[in-house]
Amino acid sequence: MKTLGCAASLLAFAAVAQAETTLTIGTVNNSDMIRMQGLTDAFTAAHPDIKLNWVTLEENILRQRVTTDIATKGGQFDVMTIGTYEVPIWSKQQWLAPLDKLGADYDADDLIPAIRNALSTDGTLYAAPFYAESTLTLYRKDLLEAAGLTMPEKPTWDFIAEAAEKMTNKETGVYGICLRGKPGWGENMAFLGNMARSFGANYFDADWKPQFESEGWKKAVTLYVDLLTKYGPPGAAANGFNENLSLFGQGKCGMWMDASVAASFVTDPKQSQVPDKVGFAPGPCGIENCPNEGANWLWAWSLAVPASSGKQEAAQTFISWATSKAYLELVASKEGWANVPPGTRTSLYENPEYVKAAPFAEATLAAINKADPSIGEGKPYVGLQFAAVPEFQGLGTAVGQQMAAALSGSTTVEAALAAAQAQAVREMTRGGYIK
Amino acid sequence: MATTQTKSVARLMMTPSVIVLFIWMIVPLFLTLYFSTLRYGFYNPETPFVGFENYTYFLTDPRFLSAFQNTLLLVFGVLCITIIGGILIALLLDQEVFGQTIVRLLVIAPFFVMPTVAALVWKNMMMNPVYGVIGQMLNAVGIGSVDWLTNLPLTSIIIIVAWQWLPFSVLILLTALQSLSQDQKEAAEMDGAGALSIFFYITLPHMKRAITVVILIQTIFLLSVYAEIAVTTGGGEASSNLPFLIASIISLEGDVGTASAGGIVAVIVANIVAFLLIRVVGKNLEG
Repeated sequence: MKTLGCAASLLAFAAVAQAETTLTIGTVNNSDMIRMQGLTDAFTAAHPDIKLNWVTLEENILRQRVTTDIATKGGQFDVMTIGTYEVPIWSKQQWLAPLDKLGADYDADDLIPAIRNALSTDGTLYAAPFYAESTLTLYRKDLLEAAGLTMPEKPTWDFIAEAAEKMTNKETGVYGICLRGKPGWGENMAFLGNMARSFGANYFDADWKPQFESEGWKKAVTLYVDLLTKYGPPGAAANGFNENLSLFGQGKCGMWMDASVAASFVTDPKQSQVPDKVGFAPGPCGIENCPNEGANWLWAWSLAVPASSGKQEAAQTFISWATSKAYLELVASKEGWANVPPGTRTSLYENPEYVKAAPFAEATLAAINKADPSIGEGKPYVGLQFAAVPEFQGLGTAVGQQMAAALSGSTTVEAALAAAQAQAVREMTRGGYIK
Repeated sequence: MATTQTKSVARLMMTPSVIVLFIWMIVPLFLTLYFSTLRYGFYNPETPFVGFENYTYFLTDPRFLSAFQNTLLLVFGVLCITIIGGILIALLLDQEVFGQTIVRLLVIAPFFVMPTVAALVWKNMMMNPVYGVIGQMLNAVGIGSVDWLTNLPLTSIIIIVAWQWLPFSVLILLTALQSLSQDQKEAAEMDGAGALSIFFYITLPHMKRAITVVILIQTIFLLSVYAEIAVTTGGGEASSNLPFLIASIISLEGDVGTASAGGIVAVIVANIVAFLLIRVVGKNLEG
């Protein structure tokens, strides 16, 4: 009798195992993705035949893992979390599967055009946006008022420098300005690339010649080092996005120019001590008529399927769920509207409930709409705060280390930019861009 | 007394493991050599033969020289701290003190902490300029805190790695100390030798072999320090060593060819260092 029972349960188990697909999903340990992981049960309730196996890693480690995996056709992941940097490069390498099975109710036309374009190659979508961001100036309304200043509609770097000086009070531990200093192409270079563009400089000119010794880069980096040295927190060269987020949340920063996604965290009473004192303005400009009015940043963490995965259909089912309108509603019902992943769908910004709950909604949408990462005159590459070429990761990180050295004072701005230029020319020559 | 017969049986029994170990080493080495002659990157599907181009590209990289320097400084710095500190601590632990076992356990404890964990603890708890223990202490005495990892990156990493290796060195040296016969010391004392003379003429020569062993074993491991750098500074000219530079060439640039060439260069460097060490300090192992 016992044996019979055993055999029956084994058979049943085998049947279930056959019908089940297990998806391995590689993702970043950012709070929005961790929230998605927490909602696994909601997905499996609707799709009992698909099991989810999460691999959640720190951004840099995840990048290395997924890049190595996809380049060597390792097949460890069925769904990968990648950004707007990888999509154009990887789709050209034919490493990604086109997303054509997202279902009838997915409504791809609802995706914000700038984001959709950034994730498409030749009109085909290769990754679905989970959340998207541009850049904003976050500032403390109370401190700015106390300094006797008002934030202009289009702030300039000159104004920011003046405000930073007046807001700094080292006795009470308030620093006028917090910016990224941690070296990395996605850390300090994202900010500096954006800042250099607001002074009219790019990474490369039309002939792929690196621009690090141009006037724009010199002005940007000199001002950056100057501001952080005088009015920034100690140890700024080690602060990345997360460190600045916690500094701002503790009320230690007067202003912070960074990814717009930060806005929902600093206005959340659970994560911030200054939730009702934060104002939002566009990214500052360094010159008259600066490119994109200072919104020189466009990024979307997105979900994609490696072309080599044998579970295409189940993977697209999951992606469709995680980037749908229904998912936004699910998060809103559990965590409140202010905490839904921002920046991906037009309908979200037309939703009065969201606009009411998220004081930063309007500023975020305006910045995303202004950010145009496409190839343009004098800019032969896709991207704003990065250049979407394979060489950029290594190059950007090496340059980022030079910039961090300039910030910590172990080298001068001129020497750091000269070293960056030499390194860049060397890499781009080997890559065959510079003839 | 081994007979010819037992010797040949022993050889026969060792053969399988020797062959496996040999293959274990030779296959990766051969593949690395082969890859280092190809233009082989993640992003280019073709892998043409380019001869020594990768080697020249790696050796002319401005980051190579600093990485090479840092590698040697790291090994040398940690060796200095662990040998000198190790001798002093071993001398202390050799005394009869109350709670000897507990003290010895505490001294050896860092050896059981994983490198990543140790580096994180040092980075956040000890060396943070704002709320780190060292910073607080320096502030208390009025010197002012130091932003260790930003301004003294290599020094900080040397301190972290040395802290992890000190117990190893203490253990080996303490064992050597304990085998020193008391008669010799007593005889020297009877002849009127002071504590310093006893240390320099009796204790130190007795520890020579142990010191050699510590240097050789540590050097092998110190040439390939990686985790401590990755966790604390994340590289950069001031603190990357050769292994870290090579790893970042693979992970950031996806350039397998250049990284393989770098790997071969690192193997050659390691062999030269080991050869010199054996020539200089290895003499003590004979006789």
